[in-house]
Amino acid sequence: MTSKLCSLTEAVATHVRDGDTVILEGFTHLIPFAAAHEIIRQGRRDLTLVRLTPDLIYDQMIAAGCCRKLVFSWAGNPGVGSLHAFRRAVEQGIPSPIVIEEYSHFALAMRLFAGASGLPFMPLRSLRGSDLPGVNPSISTVTCPFTGEALDAVPALRADVALLHVQRADTDGNAQVWGLTGAQKESAFAADRVIITAEEIVPSSVVRADPNRTLVPGSKVSAVCVARHGAHPSYAQGYYDRDAAFYDAWDEISRDHDRLRAWLDAWVHGVPDRDAYMRLLGEERVQQLAAEPAFAAPVNYGRYA
Amino acid sequence: MTPCSRDELMIVTAARALADRQRVFVGIGLPNVACNLARRLHAPDLELVYESGVVGARPERLPASIGDPTLVSGAASVCSLPEVFLYYLQGGLIDVGFLGAAQIDRYGNLNTTVIGPYDAPKVRLPGSGGACDIALLARQTIVIARQTPRLLVERVEFVTSPGHDRRPGKLRSGSLGSGSLGSDLDPCGGRPGSDLDPCVERFPASSSMQGSRSDPGTAQRSRSDPYGAGPQLLITDLAVYGFEGAPAELTVRSLHPGVTREEVAARIPWAIRLQDDLPVTPGPSDRDLAVLRQVRGAVVGSG
Repeated sequence: MTSKLCSLTEAVATHVRDGDTVILEGFTHLIPFAAAHEIIRQGRRDLTLVRLTPDLIYDQMIAAGCCRKLVFSWAGNPGVGSLHAFRRAVEQGIPSPIVIEEYSHFALAMRLFAGASGLPFMPLRSLRGSDLPGVNPSISTVTCPFTGEALDAVPALRADVALLHVQRADTDGNAQVWGLTGAQKESAFAADRVIITAEEIVPSSVVRADPNRTLVPGSKVSAVCVARHGAHPSYAQGYYDRDAAFYDAWDEISRDHDRLRAWLDAWVHGVPDRDAYMRLLGEERVQQLAAEPAFAAPVNYGRYA
Repeated sequence: MTPCSRDELMIVTAARALADRQRVFVGIGLPNVACNLARRLHAPDLELVYESGVVGARPERLPASIGDPTLVSGAASVCSLPEVFLYYLQGGLIDVGFLGAAQIDRYGNLNTTVIGPYDAPKVRLPGSGGACDIALLARQTIVIARQTPRLLVERVEFVTSPGHDRRPGKLRSGSLGSGSLGSDLDPCGGRPGSDLDPCVERFPASSSMQGSRSDPGTAQRSRSDPYGAGPQLLITDLAVYGFEGAPAELTVRSLHPGVTREEVAARIPWAIRLQDDLPVTPGPSDRDLAVLRQVRGAVVGSG
């Protein structure tokens, strides 16, 4: 197979376009910050951004002016409080108003599940009794053809491109994760194009010796890029811990739009790539976040020649 | 006895509402602290399930969020987010959903979405996350929150997670196309005599309001009912509340030590009837406090 390895700059330039529907998934774990920063650097506009938890990653993209519409289910700074750029956009239209479309976690996960499965919608038991259906016309109901039971229903969500960070991948784009996988797999299969950023590129023999760990096969991947520490300030299980101090600091940085823009100037526009970002972060911080190793026992797949 | 803060009393009381071997869906914030405390006190086999996909977590440090890597290391299982909502929550395997709240009303409706009009919000809150799903599908829910003057309102401005007057109840076959809450509304949300362990029984109803297990609001979901019984307890830093009547509404079960009736009444913005002889919530033991302070990693000042 032809190598899909390229720089993140090239991958975003080729595959992410103004006006696209874009998913950057990773539920608290493996949040693809390096990819988001590249999208901000390249000045993409009018994106429909989809994510269960917008987190700091979409707070930064909203402040940078990338977002026209946000599809989400929980918009907070986990364990800290509000997402201030998100709130400024919703409450005051700064830097520009955004359209919001919100769900519960279950409902948005089912939108991705339907999109990945080639179904027009998914039924679920949730949302009824809530005021969410009243503010979101995409939430509906359906009658079970077998029991007559009334169920809630959400439409399939398809995206132009999904950007996902993983622990390791090979140059074919076969991407492997462990720890929390959130809705990463549904996001990959619900998207027309998939960009993978990886902590490390490993030989294909490593991936193929442990295929249960593959999130998405290379055949479904458009580009694979190296982004060491590409999920900072979130974490990569076994590689580095969540930078809780940064999540705390973001509360202050993001309270003021100008201060947030100054942060983007220094940490996103002011660096060419993730390696430069990490040099700015400094070796001491990197060392503090390093995870102590804890290996699982190897499993025996057997050889059947 | 070691002096303790009202905050600590709230968390210990919340931990006591959980029984060993229950499977609990753990929300972000205070529920996370209370559930981890319960597991280290009286409920070592409490199965902690997090919406991030972790089942049977044994965290070595207090998780900073529901997706903390310490939840993964040593867990019984890690599954995808669709799997945890489909198989565990909608599949009926969650005994207790443990939620925090910004605003809760007389019928147990929770608002974590917006203060002011939805389209022109005064304060935009984070939204549902898994809360709406948990409130509807866990067999019962417990809510823990600090009782600021803004916590309790007669009617929430936005129902994120349905309480007792908004519950779907049992959906019978034949309720064709009934997508809205109409004639099939059944506030009882379950049937009496199930074999489930209701957390409310650890906080008995006041004598004048004592009811059987068939009382609305204390009834448990039967195996045939796909929806849960809704909020059964609200635990704050001032008092323990239950839900009684039809539809079930907030009642005071006990006052925390040192809290007066007037103090509680001042934080409830509707005419609530407080019985004359309200019990006092049992305080934490020295061991409870020692373990709590160890779990939180810092000594919290008293008062």
